[in-house]
Amino acid sequence: MNSSNRLWLILFIIGAVLVAGRMIMSSNGMGKAYVQAVPVNPDAENEDHKWTIYEQASLTDYNKSVLADPNQTEYLFSMSRTLGVWFAALMTIFVLSFLIRDNPFYKFAEAVFVGISAAYWMVVGFWSTVVPNLIGKISPDLVRNWALPGLGQDEHSELLYLIPLALGLMLLWRLSPKGGWISRWPMAFIIGVFCGLRLITFIHADFLSQIRNGIVPLWVEDSTGAFSFWLSLRSVFLIVGVLSCLVYFFFSFEHKGIVGKTAKLGIWFMMITFGAAFGYTVMGRIALLAIRLEFLFDDWLWLIDPTDKRVEAVVSMLGLF
Amino acid sequence: MLDFLKNLDRRWIFLLMLLSVAIPILLQAQFPETPSELSQVVFEELEKLEEGDKILLAFDFDPASEGELGPMATAFVRHCCEKKLKMYFMALWPVGEQMIVDNINRVIKADFPHLVYGTDYMNLGFKAGNEGVIKVVITDMRQLYTTDADGTAIDQIEMMQGVDNIKAMDLMINISAGYPGTKEWVQYAVTRYPDKIRLVAGCTGVQAPLLYPYIPQQLPGLLAAIKGAAEYEKLVMDKYGERNAEGEIIEPGKYFEGRRRMGPQLVAHVLMVLLIVAGNIIFIADRRREKRQ
Repeated sequence: MNSSNRLWLILFIIGAVLVAGRMIMSSNGMGKAYVQAVPVNPDAENEDHKWTIYEQASLTDYNKSVLADPNQTEYLFSMSRTLGVWFAALMTIFVLSFLIRDNPFYKFAEAVFVGISAAYWMVVGFWSTVVPNLIGKISPDLVRNWALPGLGQDEHSELLYLIPLALGLMLLWRLSPKGGWISRWPMAFIIGVFCGLRLITFIHADFLSQIRNGIVPLWVEDSTGAFSFWLSLRSVFLIVGVLSCLVYFFFSFEHKGIVGKTAKLGIWFMMITFGAAFGYTVMGRIALLAIRLEFLFDDWLWLIDPTDKRVEAVVSMLGLF
Repeated sequence: MLDFLKNLDRRWIFLLMLLSVAIPILLQAQFPETPSELSQVVFEELEKLEEGDKILLAFDFDPASEGELGPMATAFVRHCCEKKLKMYFMALWPVGEQMIVDNINRVIKADFPHLVYGTDYMNLGFKAGNEGVIKVVITDMRQLYTTDADGTAIDQIEMMQGVDNIKAMDLMINISAGYPGTKEWVQYAVTRYPDKIRLVAGCTGVQAPLLYPYIPQQLPGLLAAIKGAAEYEKLVMDKYGERNAEGEIIEPGKYFEGRRRMGPQLVAHVLMVLLIVAGNIIFIADRRREKRQ
């Protein structure tokens, strides 16, 4: 084992010991989830037609309820949600472990994520689109009796939707060992439709509208009618920035003399834009790291409590350490 | 020393970055926020609306960007509740529907329990089709939305009476993590009907530079990344305080998520600047040494 591996192994052991210590020593534990049982009875006349849903609750709510009545059944410890918190915490650590190096834990987390995402996409797509918008249009009675009792009574069968059904089935032909070419027809239809749609939209929303947005007065007055230096300067910057960047991408002339200097100014504008984009990207990535660490410290380890979910647990932790 | 720094294992940098984010979170460090002009515009767009006006909230993001966009979604929903607007939720991202449900539970059900589903707010859920969905809902929502997210026929929902398409909305808010998102709403909805569809948006940091060219004609206001969310939270909290429209105390902690996350941002950005400066100094020193040799 080289020194680097030894160091990371030591860090891992220290982390595991701290988590175990935190779990054992705190009187309230950590990483537990509680629920509130909420009875649902939409039809008051029919007692058989009722059920219970479990909504997320806090440790504070649970403790208050137990203190008032030790035999209460409204607030409960939820084993399934507790396992969910621990699983999510371990997955977070597994994914972050990639920063050390590629490892089987990371591979496992990655495979779980890809698998769940793909399955989720398929199921959601089926129930939110295929059932109500395809089968529901072709045979509304079937969908009303089978899946969506709330589907409108005035929905009637629209046979025109057999065309997208046929195109969809043709698209799936791609999976067949023979006749894969059949899927090219609906694919050609999709590409054709989107090419047309995007071309028109781009010309209208980006090309023409951006030209219009670039036509601004250089002499700007504020609401009182007085000359506004800063607003005017902003307009000048906008015009100079647009023109110099356009000149940079104008390759019909050699970038020499005034054209070269303007193109160089365009490069400066673009560099500033790239720098701003990089800064925003860093901000975004740090926010994502922050929420994962907040999850680990708040929901899992119970080290912080920014939303007062577990006042008792944090007080207990501060007393212990 | 120079060789040591030049060949420093990048994992030490990762560790430094981890600590720079983790320590402010553990210390719960927060800093004051000053709202920018763009955040102010977004806030004013909602403030201009009257009680009972219709607002469409398109949640086009998923848990992967929840850290950036969750706080602004929470602040938007609270602001709509305080203004007593009629909220129509929809999503173009498959997991966007879960983000909607999460916000309904955290904000509406928890702090505005007097609001009634179907009368004050409703969830249209997710529809596949990306910009295709936008193309349809700007002309005829019922072509695509026969039921709400729970399977109730939309004609049976009180709020949907007289709403044929999104041109019936007084304002639209889009919270966008990528494609499809604000860009597509601007391209396919706002540009087509500039007098009838008014859009403000919140987006991830990566998207922000791509959306600035649409400001202000096609997109009057934009909350960019977690900074925009923190500024908007401040505006909403300054105006409405720690009580809801009915005078009941709300949980203030969840309405300051953006501001809480600006603490780690500050420290991590300072570290990043120092690393960039250090990297350049090492590079220049190394080049000078090579020249001398």
